[in-house]
Amino acid sequence: MLNKTPFWKYILVIFVVAITALYAMPNIYGEDHAIQISASNNAFVSEELKTSIEVALKDEGIAIKRIELENERILVRLLDSDTQLVARELIDSKLDNDDYVVAMNLAPDTPDWLDALGASPMKLGLDLRGGVHFLMEVDMNSATTKAYEDVVGDFKLQLREERIFYRTVIQNPDSVDVVFRDGEMLEKAQFYLRNQFRDLSITERDDLTLRAAFLEVRLAEIRDAAVSQNVTIIRSRINQLGVAEPLVQKQGQERIVVQLPGIQDTAKAKEILNATATLEFRMLDEKSDVRDALRGRAPAGSEVIYHKNGQPYLLKKQVMLTGSHIIDANSGVDQYGVPNVSIDLDSKGGAKWSQATKENIKKPMATVFIEYKTTGERDIDGKLVFEKKEDIISVATIQAQLGSSFQISGLDSPTEARELALLLRAGALIAPIQIVEERTVGPSLGKENIQLGMTAIIWGLAAVLVFMLIYYRAFGVIANIALLLNLVMIVGIMSMIPGATLTLPGMAGIVLTVGMAVDANVLIFERIREELRDGRSPQQAIHFGYDNAFSTILDANITTFIAGLILFAVGTGPIKGFSITLMIGIATSMFTAIVVSRVLVNSIWGGKRVTKLAI
Amino acid sequence: MGFQLLKLKETVDFMKWRFPAMIFSTVLIIGSIVSLGVNQLNWGLDFTGGTLIEVGYEQSADLEAVRTIMLDAGYTDAMVQNFGSSQDVLIRLAPREGVKAVEIGDQVLATLRADGTKVDMRRIEFVGPNVGDELTEQGGLAMLAALICILIYVAMRFEYRFALGSVAALGHDVILTLGLFSVLQLEFDLTVLAAVLAVIGYSLNDTIVVSDRIRENFRKIRKAEPVEIINISLTQTLNRTIITSLTTVLVLTALFYKGGALIHGFATALLFGVIVGTYSSVYIASAVGLALGISRDDLIPTEIIKEGEDQDPV
Repeated sequence: MLNKTPFWKYILVIFVVAITALYAMPNIYGEDHAIQISASNNAFVSEELKTSIEVALKDEGIAIKRIELENERILVRLLDSDTQLVARELIDSKLDNDDYVVAMNLAPDTPDWLDALGASPMKLGLDLRGGVHFLMEVDMNSATTKAYEDVVGDFKLQLREERIFYRTVIQNPDSVDVVFRDGEMLEKAQFYLRNQFRDLSITERDDLTLRAAFLEVRLAEIRDAAVSQNVTIIRSRINQLGVAEPLVQKQGQERIVVQLPGIQDTAKAKEILNATATLEFRMLDEKSDVRDALRGRAPAGSEVIYHKNGQPYLLKKQVMLTGSHIIDANSGVDQYGVPNVSIDLDSKGGAKWSQATKENIKKPMATVFIEYKTTGERDIDGKLVFEKKEDIISVATIQAQLGSSFQISGLDSPTEARELALLLRAGALIAPIQIVEERTVGPSLGKENIQLGMTAIIWGLAAVLVFMLIYYRAFGVIANIALLLNLVMIVGIMSMIPGATLTLPGMAGIVLTVGMAVDANVLIFERIREELRDGRSPQQAIHFGYDNAFSTILDANITTFIAGLILFAVGTGPIKGFSITLMIGIATSMFTAIVVSRVLVNSIWGGKRVTKLAI
Repeated sequence: MGFQLLKLKETVDFMKWRFPAMIFSTVLIIGSIVSLGVNQLNWGLDFTGGTLIEVGYEQSADLEAVRTIMLDAGYTDAMVQNFGSSQDVLIRLAPREGVKAVEIGDQVLATLRADGTKVDMRRIEFVGPNVGDELTEQGGLAMLAALICILIYVAMRFEYRFALGSVAALGHDVILTLGLFSVLQLEFDLTVLAAVLAVIGYSLNDTIVVSDRIRENFRKIRKAEPVEIINISLTQTLNRTIITSLTTVLVLTALFYKGGALIHGFATALLFGVIVGTYSSVYIASAVGLALGISRDDLIPTEIIKEGEDQDPV
């Protein structure tokens, strides 16, 4: 008999529809305005903390919906966004900023049994939930310059140790030149350096010069390190901002994407992200007078640098240690209650530091904070030009030989200590960064966008449903069921895929899918009508209608899918969102329009005597 | 049977009009290209770089006052206009050589709020000039890649004449859509680019359906001229073509009127693209194929495997 559905197909359809519907369900429950409290380094979130927060909020008369402790974080669910703001400020003031991160969040109100299945609502893009998107560019020139600076230092040190005499070492933008007095030393140096520095290509040039340049592999490593380091630093800085679900990601070779959903104070975010900095420890030059230097008679090897408070100091140009060796810096107080900052160095830095401080006990040392600020101009390659700005942030006397852990004291207040620690932690930046793209969406616009998108979907859907019902009658009902299931499946699959976010263009993609998804059914139904006109029986018409339309539908959808795939590959942000919904929509509409509608048609008309079809 | 849009008893002689249609399309294409050359596209912020600030006022905004404030604050190049509603104001600033390009958005907000007016920040967008150039490049590349991939797929699935015909139709649709944006000087941003790529997808969808039928009829009807076969195929698929275009136009109209100002460009491009795409799948794709000399011999050897045949007909 024609048009009977095999049992396995029923099972398949029911299974697929049930699963996607199940995972689409969390979207119905909506989200709560919430405050999320998580511990940073030295603290824990505990039941006691939860209770104390609950009590504190009650005392202030702030109504809470629920308070939960799970996954090492406390989630306070509130009734609306106004109480959220008040509650955040209250909790923030109650907790120590260094120990806890207090962030505003939209927490999905998914029931526990769905949560247990791993179901969660669709992630909303920044254009729908509000927030900031930054694209940051890492200044690669300064990363390589810095690496060549190290090479210069190492060359000088090691050649001296090996008693290989050279005239001078010159740093070029993309190489280092070592000039010798005679060919013999050059030969010796060439042999030695080639053995010691495997990641440099060393070539002999005319006039007794060796030129060393990084191999491409090493350059790629340097660039990579510069980007990853910035990513790490941005992540730690963002913690200060209190954002619930920040995204910091490398994009391409020298860019970093930063997304901060739901953030209100964008100016502060930019300030913190933009504060690129490095640190240097240098000795004071006590042999010469700073006043002479100010008149332009600075001795060779020294230079004048100003303290933050405006006072000039004469510093030796030689850097004892750079901030890149700092692993960690924390503010605290010593046994007398005097604020200080304790610093941890990596092993290489520790060795250098120990040597340098040994030679300089009882001498004053300055901590120089170097910021790079963009001038806004671009060089010939179109890269941003950065300007170096140096400030002394502290001058202290070295009391004893220091190791890889030591403290800086002589700070005026705990606040100053905290700021210095923060600067020191951030001070390890190899290469400065700059925001090259920003997209900020205010919370009100986000809400409005969701509203508009939903209205458009509902109106579009209603129009198509009515049209199909009138035009195809009973078969129109089938097409409409398929279309509605299609929507449920899109939502379900969007919720299942971890990386998929719904954006405003994504919602437009859903609207478009609604219009185009019925195409498959239109093709089939028109085909059935044709077969009927050609004099086939209803059963045969259904059978051949579905069969003949299939390859057409497949071809048409695959080509649209290709367009979607290309959009996904080259597009960014909102465009990606659009292409994801488009592609998912194509896949689900094929399933619902061909398989589901066929199962429905078969179960209604299949396997029995039908003389007339309502089509 | 229910009612039908068109009850066509006889084959419509579509191809009779193919030369006038060709001339019509050629004129439109030339017009579009000329306009693209002369007026160019009104590139949006995504491509030009610069800063855009959208703010909301509690009452209808006084644009002149906003302009004066901006001018007094030294933003001489500020473009101020309403966006979506009379309460919403869009301020656009060209990329500038300043120290703090990123902070302009916040500075403008502060300027507008200086006299105590309640101004709601709705959106700030800043795009560096470099990023804009890259996006333009990427966009062009995306379109080209889409066309080439589709060309390859159709050539594999059908035949190279069909492939050329459908890609000609796609090129036609894309150029006319871009032309429309150029002539009306509508803003061309990233979402519009996405829409243009979606137009490629849609137009192709239509073309494939027609081509599929042409191929089928070449096999089925042995004694007929290619022109006749094409006419028959177009007539047979006409109802479907119109209905699908209709449902798509319905949802796009909903999107245009209900989706908000941000999505206007997107909806416009697609609405226009769908209509042009429907026309081009009838006239451009088939006519180009015909001009290239489609014949039965080219199509017979490729036996396609019918899928989904898990039941035997009675």
